[in-house]
Amino acid sequence: MELMSGRVRSWGFVPDREQRFVKPSWVPARLSLNSEFNTVLPYGNGRSYGDSCLNGEGVLIDTRLLDRFIKFDEETGVLTGEPGLKLTDVLDLVVRKGWFFPVCPGTSYVTLGGALANDVHGKNHHRDGTLGRHVLRIKLLRSDGNSIECSPKENPELFGATIGGLGLTGLITEVSIQLIPIRSSSMTVRFDLFTGLDAFAKLSARRKEQFQYTVAWLDCANSGTKFARGVFISANHSDLALAQDVIKHERGKDLNIPFNFPSKCLNTYSIQAFNNLYYAKHLRLDKRIIKQHYREYFFPLDGLSNWNRIYGGNGFHQYQFVVPLGRMDVMEEVLRYIVDSGLGSFLAVLKEFGSLQSPGILSFPREGWCLALDFSDRGEQTKRLIFRINELVMKGGGAVYPAKDRIMTRETFERSFDRISEFLPHTDKKFSSDFWKRVHG
Amino acid sequence: MDKKTVVIFGATSAVSQAVCRRLLDSGIHNSFCLIARDAARLEAVAHDLTVRGAKTQVIVSDLADIGSHEELVANVKNGNTFWFFYGSLPDQALAETDWDETEAALFTNFMSCASLLTRIAQTLEERPSTGSSIVVVSSVAGERGRKSNYVYGTAKGALSLFCQGLRNRLHQSGVHVLTVKPGFIDTPMTADIAKTPSVLWASPEKIASVMVSAFEQKKDVIYAPWFWRYILLVIKLIPESIFKKLSL
Repeated sequence: MELMSGRVRSWGFVPDREQRFVKPSWVPARLSLNSEFNTVLPYGNGRSYGDSCLNGEGVLIDTRLLDRFIKFDEETGVLTGEPGLKLTDVLDLVVRKGWFFPVCPGTSYVTLGGALANDVHGKNHHRDGTLGRHVLRIKLLRSDGNSIECSPKENPELFGATIGGLGLTGLITEVSIQLIPIRSSSMTVRFDLFTGLDAFAKLSARRKEQFQYTVAWLDCANSGTKFARGVFISANHSDLALAQDVIKHERGKDLNIPFNFPSKCLNTYSIQAFNNLYYAKHLRLDKRIIKQHYREYFFPLDGLSNWNRIYGGNGFHQYQFVVPLGRMDVMEEVLRYIVDSGLGSFLAVLKEFGSLQSPGILSFPREGWCLALDFSDRGEQTKRLIFRINELVMKGGGAVYPAKDRIMTRETFERSFDRISEFLPHTDKKFSSDFWKRVHG
Repeated sequence: MDKKTVVIFGATSAVSQAVCRRLLDSGIHNSFCLIARDAARLEAVAHDLTVRGAKTQVIVSDLADIGSHEELVANVKNGNTFWFFYGSLPDQALAETDWDETEAALFTNFMSCASLLTRIAQTLEERPSTGSSIVVVSSVAGERGRKSNYVYGTAKGALSLFCQGLRNRLHQSGVHVLTVKPGFIDTPMTADIAKTPSVLWASPEKIASVMVSAFEQKKDVIYAPWFWRYILLVIKLIPESIFKKLSL
């Protein structure tokens, strides 16, 4: 494996520096790590926002050429593949055969390895839990030369450490996942406008019984009568047989943001204006049901390449946290704080997580209310805002999501994940990340 | 092997993998005979294509071993299109002092290909015109001898010339011969080479896209990507008295 160097960034653009990496074309039989490598970290498609996918002192193992399908059983829906296989390519293959990926995050441009390492969740968390619950088997390559098979029955502790383990237990070389059966590539989607977090909670309680997928877009910029208003979007896979019901998805219409916007583009006024427009656009859809192609429902931003450039060269902070069900008051307090600061973004997503347990030790999603949003990076101002919110979330008994973070402290990490001591024995000492150095040392 | 089979010499090459996926995507080609010498890697490639919907057959063979060619070609001669992806990049500096390095480069990149092409051409001439094709990956390195890589350049240059002759000979048999001349491609073969200037380096997917397009349009000779045609035009126009002093 040739050691190379280049500018590797995560989705949030920060940190932005030279990073050494290797890019194997074939799944390695052993990891030949000499001392100049220092530590290593597997790297997928770099859609993590922060530094959990970077290793400045060491070397990244770019897995994107390890993108081969190994096996797919069309009767049972069991898919086995190399870790660099992207969700978008999996869906291109399996949907027309009546299968769907069991848990889809917000973008289809993630690798199987990356999705597993973050134990991703989706709009169906309340029904199906995280991706970890659907993983049948993992093959893991460790720095000591061993290739270990893990599953819920075989080496279950290592299995639990690897799911959501942020790449710190070794290099995943093979993944087997149980897909879910579907009958159509389209989704039946219902919209409900709401104002206020109580209204949201009531809606969520009703819709989660009726729909497999639920999520709400929330306005984090406006106050007064517009405070905490949003659009609740629920969906099910359409019931009509595949042959009858095909909405074509025009991939050719994908747009691209060709360069970074000037950083002043996104300010309180432009975001408020955007939010007003977004809400208004949905007025005519209130209480209505429409059909959407699955790509439009699950991955609306995938059609806008490099949307992270809208935040300008300074990048942005993505922030996601969860608070327990009984603590909607904390969510309200955090929301007021964000609105008052004027630093919130237009891509705020609110969701109720269910109680299904993941096998992952460091799994982020737990029963409660979850909010994800962006903050333009205004340096110290943004950092202070985030730290203040961290405090509120910690006091409320909640947790912050590492996949989105680049500044959380060791304390926040330890309070978010109470099983860290169970995780530690399974880490591979030759694997590390910028995130891990920051929260663990 | 069915009559529409795509026969791939060097199926573990990065460009080959990209081309096979693209051919399969087109919906027209779904039967592949994959040939390479590393059995495990060949199997990985075959499984991937199979899951994607192809019928695949694998043959493990060291293509530099001319002694095995008669049997190999006998096994694949019913195929419809024949693609040549395999090759090796010699260490030019070493080749200048070590004949074995030079010989291996000339042998693998030219002689062994010529052997296979000779046998395949004969087979194709003997059967009625079925619209078959031969696609050979040569290189822009074969367009002019440069001190930095003339051993590789010689092999590829000879290969291009050989294909040109074949194109002429096989035209009346209705066989399409396409010579592909890529510039720099980012693959394991070029792993040691610094990828600058980056604008000149293409991904295997980009090359595959150009190749498959040209194949479908039955072109004769293409440069991949297109701009190499003009770069080489300029290079070939430089008078020898000047070129011999340059360090390109």
